Amino acid sequence: MRRKDWQTLGFAALLLLVAALLPLTGDGYLISLGVSIAMYTVLATSWALFSGPTHYISLATAAFFGVGSYVTGSWIEIIPYWALLPIAAVAGGVLAALVGLATLRLSGVYFVIFSLGLAEMIRQVVTWYQNQTGHKGTYVLTDMTDSGIYWQLLGLAGLVYLAGWAIGRSRLGFALRIIGEDEDVARHVGINTALSKVALFVVSGAVAAVVGAIIAPRYVYIEPAIAFAPMLSFQVVIMALLGGTGRLWGPLVGVVPFTLLWEVISASFPNQTTLLLGLSFLVIVYLLPGGFVGLYDRLRARRALRGVPA
Amino acid sequence: MDIIITGLFLGGTYALIAMGLNLQYGVARIMNLANGEMLVVGAFTAFALYSGAAVSPFLTIFIVAPVAYLLNWLIYRIMLRPLVTRAKSRGMLEQDAILTTFGLSFVMVGLMIWVFGGDYFSYSYLARPVVLFGDNYGLNRLSAFIGAVILCTALYIWLNHSRAGMAIRAVAVSPKSARLVGIDVPKLSARAFALGGAVTAVGGAVISTFLTLDASTGVLFTMKALIIVIMGGVGDVRGTIVAALVLGVGETLVASLIDPGLTLATAYALFILILLFRPQGLFGRKSA
Amino acid sequence: MKRRTFFRASTALAAMTLAGAAFAADPIVVGAVAPKTGPLAGGAAVTHWPNIQLWVSEVNARGGLNVGGEQRMLEVIEYDDQTNPAETIKAVTRLAQQDNADIILSPYSTGLSLAAAPIFDRLGIPQITSSAATDQIDELAGQFPNLFFLLGRSAEIAGGAVEAMAKMRDAGEIGNRVALVNVADAFGIELVSAGKPALEAAGFEIVYETSYPLGTQDLSPIMKAAKDAEPDAFVAFSYPGDTFGLTEQAMIEGLDVGVFYTGVGTAFPSFAGRFGAAAEGIMGIGGVNASSETFLDYAARLEAETGSQPDYWASGQMYASLQILEAAIEATGTLDMAEVTQYIKDNSFETVMGTITFDDQNSSTGYWTAGQWQDGVFKGVASFGGLDGVVEPFVKAGWE
Repeated sequence: MRRKDWQTLGFAALLLLVAALLPLTGDGYLISLGVSIAMYTVLATSWALFSGPTHYISLATAAFFGVGSYVTGSWIEIIPYWALLPIAAVAGGVLAALVGLATLRLSGVYFVIFSLGLAEMIRQVVTWYQNQTGHKGTYVLTDMTDSGIYWQLLGLAGLVYLAGWAIGRSRLGFALRIIGEDEDVARHVGINTALSKVALFVVSGAVAAVVGAIIAPRYVYIEPAIAFAPMLSFQVVIMALLGGTGRLWGPLVGVVPFTLLWEVISASFPNQTTLLLGLSFLVIVYLLPGGFVGLYDRLRARRALRGVPA
Repeated sequence: MDIIITGLFLGGTYALIAMGLNLQYGVARIMNLANGEMLVVGAFTAFALYSGAAVSPFLTIFIVAPVAYLLNWLIYRIMLRPLVTRAKSRGMLEQDAILTTFGLSFVMVGLMIWVFGGDYFSYSYLARPVVLFGDNYGLNRLSAFIGAVILCTALYIWLNHSRAGMAIRAVAVSPKSARLVGIDVPKLSARAFALGGAVTAVGGAVISTFLTLDASTGVLFTMKALIIVIMGGVGDVRGTIVAALVLGVGETLVASLIDPGLTLATAYALFILILLFRPQGLFGRKSA
Repeated sequence: MKRRTFFRASTALAAMTLAGAAFAADPIVVGAVAPKTGPLAGGAAVTHWPNIQLWVSEVNARGGLNVGGEQRMLEVIEYDDQTNPAETIKAVTRLAQQDNADIILSPYSTGLSLAAAPIFDRLGIPQITSSAATDQIDELAGQFPNLFFLLGRSAEIAGGAVEAMAKMRDAGEIGNRVALVNVADAFGIELVSAGKPALEAAGFEIVYETSYPLGTQDLSPIMKAAKDAEPDAFVAFSYPGDTFGLTEQAMIEGLDVGVFYTGVGTAFPSFAGRFGAAAEGIMGIGGVNASSETFLDYAARLEAETGSQPDYWASGQMYASLQILEAAIEATGTLDMAEVTQYIKDNSFETVMGTITFDDQNSSTGYWTAGQWQDGVFKGVASFGGLDGVVEPFVKAGWE
């Protein structure tokens, strides 16, 4: 590794460390905001790992998230909590592999719609199964605090960044970039396009499932309609695109302002939250194509043109 | 027999839900995630006019259609046209369209809650039994089915036998070649989008006679409509009709013979089966 | 930028002038979080929000709450949680820490209320739920000692329906055959898994049984199959959308049963509005004491203030939860929530739903479990804890 890489890694670790200090403020409100930001950062970044290079818009986040929540919800009584997180990862990964193998050969739009329906379908199968077995409500009663959840999410974020960084340097990352540019070319140079796509989809699915498993104790009561709420998938996409998917740090710079904006809107205009969110959404799409990363790249390009050292 | 008829009725409902989206997506190339909200707007209007002034929902559609047409035309011209111009590729347009129309669906839900409130709305209209082949069916569902048949036939004939309709189909097949033969693609795209919106709103007014809705239910219909359109093949009226009927009959079969708890799973299983064997949809063209 | 709904009607001003001392006191900040959008917004718009509006305007019209001899007006901060537990958690925390709310009301529905329960617990605020039905009250009471339940246990709710049906069966008014369906969602599953054994224990024969997913658009296959099983009673643990859909399908099919029971939504005023005379005799979850002047007066006030009629189940309980808070605060003369909580545990309260006391698991000792539309009013036909005003259920006669 080069010196610059070490610097980047060190800088990222430092940032993570600073972020980990937040719960020490003891301000429950700040911590709950922190949980939101950490959760969306992990989800959006892992989403972008797959969707960024491949340009496949996945709306399946809610499905993986829900599966993860249910892993915790179903087995918290019998399996120690720490063992549940890897189980959730495996469950999410396997599901992603199945879905990926079935649909990733299809062109983009079919994938979008199938992934959108996936959460709905799994929700139905889960409720059907619960109904068959006469399942009672799923309660997750633990003494987990918001701070604990926050730290777990930060740790996961660290892992996701590390994974993203490693993938970016690996053959797989290179292959995916070529696929994103032109899938036919990729196929001609001997890249197994389907397998590469599935591999990354599995990563992003597993991560989303772990997030669901971590968040479950926070919700106390897990019901299918909430665990598989389709809104989550859209929020993740919007935040990631607002930030920009071209760079690993892109989603983060989307998540932070969006979560804060969301917060301001829901705090200030409780009766028009949906309306104003929709409007701010439109503004983002029209004024920031390519997200903040796009803006940053354009600014850099302009400076380079003017001959200013970037 | 009653399973088939019930299934066909449900399929008719689905056709009403999906037909508008097919025009919008197939011709104007906009994957409209606010489609379900437009449907709810139509349903709201029918509800308001029926409970306020006792206007039959089947008359309401003559008000809903032109208003929705105009509204959707404006939406396309003001909001979506710039995206089409800006997009460098089909994929980019798709991405932008998804984001924009998703934002739009939020705006519409917000406006509806503001205007009507978040309450459920439902009314009873033609909830009388009719007997067909010895079984009872709801008159409102039968009327909706007839409405769907009329609407689909009219659209089909218009698209296949009128000048304007042929031009629209040409755009659906290939916007580039359509331009070469002197078709004003932007203008027609706007019209197709507006027409799609009008059809959706009319569908909403019709199905409000037997479904209970509230301001936030639109997304359910959007998802169903997307599945049907993709299953049938983008930009093909016949495909949408067939896919809607297949889905309606399939779901009813499963609900009646296996378990009503698995209808949605059936819908997605059908969806994926069809796409695995015919990735372009039932009636889609390979190139499209 | 905070949007604070400040109910200052001219009557409130007049009352304040009379109260005199009220001018100096700071208002009491009341925090409310519930869906205004999302899947549960429809239910919250009927059951939750109008009651808060009514309560605040009435208290302020009286000159405010008397806290230790000081008249203090109420000021409401409302947040929309978009039917999303993450938003509920954030909004409740925000109310406590940013807005310094003196009182925070319980969120709406089982799931969202429980998501907020750890925060209420940590803050030591009493959380009186009026829209949470669960079977885990024992465990929850252990974990969250500040959590109160007005709606009761799902087993009792399902049991109420069975009790009313058994009464009619024993009188020889209906037969033994039951068709049982439920919406495959947490709530429906919990009720059916309590209701099915109860039906069997009462000697009913279940001749048709199925579930259907939330959001099913066509319920006619279910109704056809149920009809083919020739039941004497039809029981559905359903949600509002399907409650309406099932009822309409039953009318169309001409389902000939002596008992027609549907779940949430049956007690909504819009149910009677939609089905008119056909609603007569339909049974469902909930019920009220229809001969209670207090309830009728409350219903009239709610409609006058908000333009929305109460449903005959959780609406009254929601208002009762506010009355309980009010009484506890005035009696203890403090906004110290630990004292208020203790007072709620120890005392009984006169509310629009009658007298309410809590057992040692903070669950209400008396609540309505089943009701029936009789002469345009949804009257309680079965209750837990032997409430006053239970009426006799009668056999449903046709759909006209």
